[in-house]
Amino acid sequence: MTDTATQIQETIGANDVVLYMKGTKEMPQCGFSSRVAGVLNYMGVQFQDVNVLADDAVRQGIKDFSDWPTVPQLYVKGEFVGGCDIITEMTLSGELDTLFDDKGVTYDKDAADKIREANG
Amino acid sequence: MAMQANEIEDLIRASFPSAKITITDLAGDGNHFAAEVIDESFRGQNRVQQQRAVYAALKGKMDGPAGDLHALALTTKAPD
Repeated sequence: MTDTATQIQETIGANDVVLYMKGTKEMPQCGFSSRVAGVLNYMGVQFQDVNVLADDAVRQGIKDFSDWPTVPQLYVKGEFVGGCDIITEMTLSGELDTLFDDKGVTYDKDAADKIREANG
Repeated sequence: MAMQANEIEDLIRASFPSAKITITDLAGDGNHFAAEVIDESFRGQNRVQQQRAVYAALKGKMDGPAGDLHALALTTKAPD
């Protein structure tokens, strides 16, 4: 593995939920990253954000690592879950709740229901 | 380097000849598209596997600053 791949492996191993994104969770710099970070924030999920704009090696490295050409990318317990479209679909269908339940990730179920009510 | 909706459809069509493909130009700028791809080959695959296959069909058009496409919102599923 490359140094970058090793670094990514360590990050997703050390944190239950990791979002590779453009910008930070406090200040996203792309609408797609903002949407996913917003969902996680609203659902009260503790997650590690990694700003790919701060490191060109990681920006390309995460795409190679996941075999996925776009950012944001969500990892839960070391597994790639998907990008913005998949996370949006999973949030609205309730599959994201199920994933968090299965993986033992704490989140606010009421907040998740509110997202679905508002977008139902 | 903007792309036309039919170019995107042709690229996807080359890998998924019998798929139902719907391309929408979201912003009218040739840069932000939505694609819905419904294909029998997706049955039994999760969304990550389905969308990896579509990205592969696009052959690098999505690749960052050098790519032709900034944004392609993907929806993939098997036929009902």
